Amino acid sequence: MSNEALHGHPEVVTTHDVHHDEHHVHHHKETFITKYVFSQDHKMIAKQFLITGMIWAVIGGLMSVLFRLQLGYPDQTFPWLEDILGRWAKGGKISAENYYALVTMHGTVLVFFVLTGGLSGTFANFLIPLQIGARDMASPFMNMLSYWFFFGGSIVMISSLFIQTGPFSGGWTAYPPLSALGDASPGSKTGMDLWITAMAMFVVSSLLGGLNYISTVLNMRTKGMSMTRMPLTMWALFFTAVLGVLSFPVLLSGFILLLFDRHGGTSFYLSDIYIAATKTALPNEGGSAILFQHLFWFLGHPEVYIILLPAMGMASEIISINARKPIFGYMAMVGSMFAITILAFLVWAHHMFVTGLNPFLGSVFVLLTLLIAVPSAIKVFNWLTTIWKANIKFTPGMMFALGFVSLFISGGLTGIFLGNSTLDIHLHDTYFVIAHFHIVMGVSAFFGMFAGIYHWFPKMYGRFMNNTMAYIHFWVTLAGAYLIFWPMHYEGLAGMPRRYLDYTGWESFKQFAELNKFISTVAIIVFAVQLLFIFNFFYSIFKGRKLTKPNPWGATTLEWTTPIRPGHGNWPGEIPEVHRWAYDYSKDGRDFIPQTEPIGPNESHH
Amino acid sequence: MTTTGILLLAILILGFLITFQIAKASEYVSVLKGEKKAFEQNNRINAFLMVVFLVLGLIGVWWCNKALYPKTLMPYPAASEHGKNIDTMLMITIAITGIVFLITQILLFWFAYKYQHSEKRQAFFYPHNNKLEVLWTTVPAIALCILVGFGLFYWFRMTGEAPADAMQVEITGKQFGWIYRYPGKDGEFGKKYYRNIDEATGNQLGLIWRDTTIIKKDRHNNPVGEAKLKADPQGFDDLVDNTAMYLVKGKAVKLIINSRDVIHDVGLSHFRLKMDAVPGTPTTMWFTPQYTTDEMKKITNNPKFEYEISCDQMCGNSHYAMRGIIKVVTPEEFILWKAKQKPAYALAFPETVATLAQPAAPVADSAASTQRHP
Repeated sequence: MSNEALHGHPEVVTTHDVHHDEHHVHHHKETFITKYVFSQDHKMIAKQFLITGMIWAVIGGLMSVLFRLQLGYPDQTFPWLEDILGRWAKGGKISAENYYALVTMHGTVLVFFVLTGGLSGTFANFLIPLQIGARDMASPFMNMLSYWFFFGGSIVMISSLFIQTGPFSGGWTAYPPLSALGDASPGSKTGMDLWITAMAMFVVSSLLGGLNYISTVLNMRTKGMSMTRMPLTMWALFFTAVLGVLSFPVLLSGFILLLFDRHGGTSFYLSDIYIAATKTALPNEGGSAILFQHLFWFLGHPEVYIILLPAMGMASEIISINARKPIFGYMAMVGSMFAITILAFLVWAHHMFVTGLNPFLGSVFVLLTLLIAVPSAIKVFNWLTTIWKANIKFTPGMMFALGFVSLFISGGLTGIFLGNSTLDIHLHDTYFVIAHFHIVMGVSAFFGMFAGIYHWFPKMYGRFMNNTMAYIHFWVTLAGAYLIFWPMHYEGLAGMPRRYLDYTGWESFKQFAELNKFISTVAIIVFAVQLLFIFNFFYSIFKGRKLTKPNPWGATTLEWTTPIRPGHGNWPGEIPEVHRWAYDYSKDGRDFIPQTEPIGPNESHH
Repeated sequence: MTTTGILLLAILILGFLITFQIAKASEYVSVLKGEKKAFEQNNRINAFLMVVFLVLGLIGVWWCNKALYPKTLMPYPAASEHGKNIDTMLMITIAITGIVFLITQILLFWFAYKYQHSEKRQAFFYPHNNKLEVLWTTVPAIALCILVGFGLFYWFRMTGEAPADAMQVEITGKQFGWIYRYPGKDGEFGKKYYRNIDEATGNQLGLIWRDTTIIKKDRHNNPVGEAKLKADPQGFDDLVDNTAMYLVKGKAVKLIINSRDVIHDVGLSHFRLKMDAVPGTPTTMWFTPQYTTDEMKKITNNPKFEYEISCDQMCGNSHYAMRGIIKVVTPEEFILWKAKQKPAYALAFPETVATLAQPAAPVADSAASTQRHP
């Protein structure tokens, strides 16, 4: 492997690199296209992912504001909505068709395009080479392709919003037969074909990226950077990539079979169907609609951890830095992430307890699902011990990391309800589920992402983001997230089903009208505060307070040994050598000891 | 755009501008004051807010429970025996997770406040402790084993075989409503075939009432074979109804759940149960109703109370309105109700009811629906 080439003869390699860099600086004037558009620099690709992800987040968030308007005020019309949205809000009201299109797109966009593409894409690209000490990814070209497939998928997904029959509207899980039959739902006509195309491109992007992250972490670590000296962000992003590479192809295969059912006349998922709208009995016999759910959730559950692990890794790193204290139980943190990665593949059927799954099989999945709470508990207790007797600096990154832990606890505990089939049979597909997954993988992953953005923004742009706006952003979002999702648990305990746009016709669920209004109002406020964050981000790129020293947080890791604005290749001279783990904070009376510092003769051993 | 829209937009923009100006000003102030001093002040404020958030949050949790608990199903007894088990399980889980929630959240925000930065102190270098780590691996593992144990005990009770004397009701989901079917006097459901569905002649389930030959067509409407169906007399006395499902208090019922088009879900929140309706794959679920609808009206103090069936699986644009009703009645009321019902066959062919004993003559029209092209 290239370890030999990288580590065996560092002199040879680095001389070459130095030459290369000088060459770079003096002779290759990069054009706008190669620097900002078809860039192969991992840092620029990371920024492309981040900004595309932010645009998607605004679109996805705006969708939720629109359908929250309908949920909060089902009996009112908003004529000004029609002025802005045209046929999406005829007469100032979101129709059922558009409501379902909005919830479907909201889910798809946020789960895949923001919290997978935007989160992993940004931070795996940005941090992996910088934190392991590499000049770029294993294959910068593949990395560039990964972004452009993501971009292409985004364009196709966006375009589906503008077609005659509307975008796909059968829920982000796209269960057939609903997603297979255009006669059963107008959104399942062309909209679904575009949805599948966009998702296929997204899977390709995710695989190109994931393979790159894995090979970079395994092969391109600098001298002295053994796997167990890597910061936890690296472990988290590495496990994330492994999860993605092993599970996304299964999702793609499920989509391909769905395409065959839609256009090829096959019956993988279809059987015994009579469509009342066209008074037709379909020719398909012998398929199983449940097969798709197995294929979908075989990705779908690991996907939850694809979203969460990067947030966990970044929170671990940021908490340790700002607590000025080593992360407690480094090996236990790595071990628990490994356990989560393995178990993530063995729990998918807990989404299917009420599909008629064999009860014995269900019981196996109950056991495995609740087992995954053990590594999660270890992580929480380790974070708590990390801030015990610490010396905490409340930087915006730190606050979001602490918020992440709080939300992860709250949302994780309700997972223990839903993973238990006995309770799931009552709570499945109610607002309890909405509350659970929005807290544990929606908002908490967002908090991990915000923590990462505030923390590494100085490395990305050589400037700080504005602190006051950041603090407002944090407190309003944290309080807002709890105000929105905490009461939803009670709606779930009343059995209130998800994906209803109007509950006024239901004797059992209409008592929550006031609460729905309240939730919608808070959601709008929280969304507005996210716009403040977006403003802060772009404003600070150009006008933020400038960095005066390369290591503003006093961190030990390698990315802070690069110049304030590193060029392509990251280090102007040799890649630094690593002599210790990443968490020597407050050791032997010193505030921090960088990874690049050799172990001193009198240093205490831990 | 109307005035409200413009007004809202104006307020929003104004809010932004003010926030932005304050944010910019505070940055200048921090430069004037010195970065260190500004940092210390911010740190103190945020550490204090952590505790404020914790206290307000815990009060909020209590207050939210007080306001919303009465609106859930929990103040009333579950309407089925299974539901009572589920409520017990819910309480056990709330107790265990509630304790963990309180401990961890209090520690998190309290530590954040207590260990805020101070120049006088240095953080405690504490990288690991194997004893502690083993402790918080085993304690959660034991707690979860308890939850798994209780959970599976109840799970197997609920999903086990229905009692032998359970009455059977078939419920079929369609876009967007429910079809209920009861076996007639013979206690058996008649056979059905989905290509035999013909709503125009009142055969919404595709029961095989006549000897029929159905020409199978592929999606391009080309014939690809035929299905010879033999009339099933067991289906002649089946009751098919769309208005409500009638169940008997204290009598176990086994639901046979089907779907005619996409996946639906029979959601019975008062009984604490639900099960998907999957086209092509029948599922089942059994339970014993404990209270009649009238009794439940008194228990919930709501004269409009109904046992509602909510579709809990996204099934299309009218998913939110796919409402069914279960009427739980006394055995006497059930007999009276059943006596008034006419079998679907009798409703479809009133003239042949008299000669029910003989197999009816084949009618070519019954296959007509399948010959139409979309």
